[in-house]
Amino acid sequence: MSTTITLTINGIEQPVAVELGESLLEVLRREGFTSVKHGCDTGDCGACAVLLDGDAIDSCMILAVAADGRAITTVEGLETDGRLHPLQEAMIDAGAVQCGFCTPGTVMSGIDLLSRNADPTEDDVKAALAGNLCRCTGYVKQVDAVLAAARVMKGGPDVGSG
Amino acid sequence: MSDPVDSQGFAVVGHNEPKVDAYALATGKPVFAGDVNHDDALHIAFLASKHAHARIASIDTSRAEALDGVALVLTHENTPATMYTTAGQGYPEPSPYDTRMFNPTVRFVGDRVAAVAAETPEIAHAATKLIDVTYEALPAVLSIDEALAPDAPIIHGEETATGIHDAAHNIVSVVNVDIGDVEAGIADSAVVVDTTCETQYAQHVPIEPHVVQAYLDNDGRLVLLTSTQVPFHVRRIVARVLDLPVHRIRVIKPRVGGGFGAKQEILLENVTGLVTLRTGRRAIAELSRPEEFVSSRTRHPMRVRVRLGAREDGTLRAVDMEVISNTGAYGSHGLTVMSNAGSKTLPLYNRAPDVRYHGRTVYTNLPVGGAYRGYGATQGYFALETAMDELAAKLGMDPVEVRRLNHIRVGETSPIFAAIGEGKPGVEQTVGSCELERCLDIGAEEIGWADKRGMRYRDGPWVHGVGMSIHMQGSGIADVDMGAATIKMNDDGSFNLLIGATDLGTGSDTILGQIAAEVLGVPLAKIVVYSSDTDMTPFDVGAYASSTTYVSGNAVRRAAEEVRAQIVAVASAMLEEDPDGISLDDQHAIGASGERVSLEEIALRSLYGTDQQQIGATASFVGDESPPPFLASFAEVAVDVETGQVRVLDYVAVADCGVAINPHAAEGQVEGAIANGIGYALTEEMLFSSHGRVRNPTLFDYKIPAAPDLPRIRAILVDSYEPTGPMGAKSVAEIGINAPIPTIANAIYDAVGVRLKNSPFTAERVLAALDAAT
Ligand code: FES
Ligand code: FES
Repeated sequence: MSTTITLTINGIEQPVAVELGESLLEVLRREGFTSVKHGCDTGDCGACAVLLDGDAIDSCMILAVAADGRAITTVEGLETDGRLHPLQEAMIDAGAVQCGFCTPGTVMSGIDLLSRNADPTEDDVKAALAGNLCRCTGYVKQVDAVLAAARVMKGGPDVGSG
Repeated sequence: MSDPVDSQGFAVVGHNEPKVDAYALATGKPVFAGDVNHDDALHIAFLASKHAHARIASIDTSRAEALDGVALVLTHENTPATMYTTAGQGYPEPSPYDTRMFNPTVRFVGDRVAAVAAETPEIAHAATKLIDVTYEALPAVLSIDEALAPDAPIIHGEETATGIHDAAHNIVSVVNVDIGDVEAGIADSAVVVDTTCETQYAQHVPIEPHVVQAYLDNDGRLVLLTSTQVPFHVRRIVARVLDLPVHRIRVIKPRVGGGFGAKQEILLENVTGLVTLRTGRRAIAELSRPEEFVSSRTRHPMRVRVRLGAREDGTLRAVDMEVISNTGAYGSHGLTVMSNAGSKTLPLYNRAPDVRYHGRTVYTNLPVGGAYRGYGATQGYFALETAMDELAAKLGMDPVEVRRLNHIRVGETSPIFAAIGEGKPGVEQTVGSCELERCLDIGAEEIGWADKRGMRYRDGPWVHGVGMSIHMQGSGIADVDMGAATIKMNDDGSFNLLIGATDLGTGSDTILGQIAAEVLGVPLAKIVVYSSDTDMTPFDVGAYASSTTYVSGNAVRRAAEEVRAQIVAVASAMLEEDPDGISLDDQHAIGASGERVSLEEIALRSLYGTDQQQIGATASFVGDESPPPFLASFAEVAVDVETGQVRVLDYVAVADCGVAINPHAAEGQVEGAIANGIGYALTEEMLFSSHGRVRNPTLFDYKIPAAPDLPRIRAILVDSYEPTGPMGAKSVAEIGINAPIPTIANAIYDAVGVRLKNSPFTAERVLAALDAAT
């Protein structure tokens, strides 16, 4: 059974044909949003995280039809005027991108945190990334990147992360 | 011109250049094998065995084939019977040829019975349920002890298998090395310890599971776009199994979402390729997370016994290691992982005149072992470094001091280097760089060793302790691994660097680019790095055995030096100066007079002007040794004496990897390896039902560390210079994973006085050990 829903993806409202049982993850990938990764399908890895009305969620855990009428942000929607989001910049500069498969999901969770807490502690960051598994980095440089991005977004100097 | 690049004052090497692929990855570009979307692709699903050991009496695929949307069903009845190994190793592979694409006998729960290719993944999965299989159950072997029992069922009785040491007794491989007389050495020792440690089944858990796309190009050649660590081995092995000439196959490795050894294996390429050859259509196969756990590859569980004999002053007199490795149902990497449990550990303590290494690998009806970061050294170090800690306790000495007395040093060797290789004898070598003493100094200082050891600080039920261990690994397989690189110059003075070396997320494209940039006097941005594509890049064995920085890096350095010589020759004509006085810097050739000509001018002249030629070169490198990196590892843990829970409070890993070409990347390798090792030490374990079924094949039930589970891992790189390395570099990617199990075990002992000898150290195991001690 298929139906047509309306999704606002990265600011563009669009009709999308979906199957009733399809997850939002499947639909986003089929529509070409390949930043949304498929790592487990059970809500355990966070590689599929997107912002749904501003909150980070695992897109494999929600049916596409449940997102009808709602706004989704993926990593593809973060660049403004040719500039990356400060967290993307910080991830690159901190050396936090190894294989990069977890990076988009981690960036989404980080942005969700920074939208709620402009001045997070290291423990705040770790808690925010708890649902984004990374097998490459040991999280050290990812946490540094989120903290560095917070400094940049507050307008302070990016004092770097070592 | 033998050493044209000074070890001091690098312009690009030693700097934290952002990874060359970081922008594409951070912006989510479609760079992974599963990202390319094609509506017309066939999707492949697998039917897995529910039996640990059974003969397929009959298999009927007619109901599956009749399902609307099914294009093809593959079983052992309609696929090649060629025997091969899935291990992606050099030719001839040192693993037995003990499998077919589909075997008529299934040997573990999860073994491949059939594959369906269909228009959608859903149809393919539905069709697997319509395949009617009649099994004739066979007795199963579910442990090392059962495999070695006198009347054990034979797992590989098929006559077509080759390369098995003793199939009738389930023994895949044996390595026996005796140096001196270890029994006499033990008898002659003032202090002896005898310890046996056992490691568990664990999985790599790359966040990107295995994924392959296959299609035919316009000339009808088979193209495999695959998440692999070994593109050239994939091409060779697929060609043999599918009976195609090598030149009819092209293997492209895009970005890889982590491998850790799991992707040093030919698992999906044969099947996906065959679907495309039979149907003419694009096909995609992607393992689900449970399939990744059960049906891909695992770390070989091992039982390792170590006996150490020492003189009264603490110097080792005799070292004896006995290993039994469980390779599961197939012998992938069975010999070499077991060999490395000794070859990568025993040379570390080269003081003992009497050394023995006896190892065996056995088959069981359990999931299949494979390459996994650390590659046997991880398992060997658990027992060796536990035994060293016990020895220190028996001698009443500081564990750090016992290591200092006994570890190998610059200018020294060990007979083990030559005695144990990978499928053949190893290679003699003398250690050219070793900063282990400074690693120990720094690590002890950072963790607060002197203040904390033996103090048993108590905070409610939590008791604190500190532990340590030391390690070495290698840098490639000496005399076996070959890497090659091609560099060509473009109009604007930029260069293409084409490498078979296989970046699987480690950053090797970046550090190899940095090496080329350093030699050629250009910024990294002027090096366009491309890896790996069997049509486009020169050969490289691939990313394993900690080979890339050293082996491929030396190939890149050589190629860059040849290109540099060509550039200098052109510059010499242009500047009318002696080539010996010309150097490359800041994108210019600079003569002794100070006159300069830009690389762009040199390129334009070469391509369009006088003495026209493509400036470029291909160079190869094979290591005639494998310089070990070293690591000193320290941890502070807290043990809850009421629940048995263990928390890692602080972790310091101090590494000597030679010159770190890119410190961020090198630190990242250590941090990631330690994190993986902490998971392996505390929580990660594949659990089995009494019938050999994996009970926890999900990321919910198989717990890998998340950010809040870990302390801030402190990776420290010491200054070091490896004379044979490219720009002084050695490997760094694997060594860290060996450290957490013994380090944490020794810290638990320091805290609560019990020795944990079975990993992982779950609360239940720790509590049981505490109960047994009281
Ligand atoms: S794919 Fe959604 S959480 Fe793993
Ligand atoms: S960078 Fe590879 S999984 Fe996080």
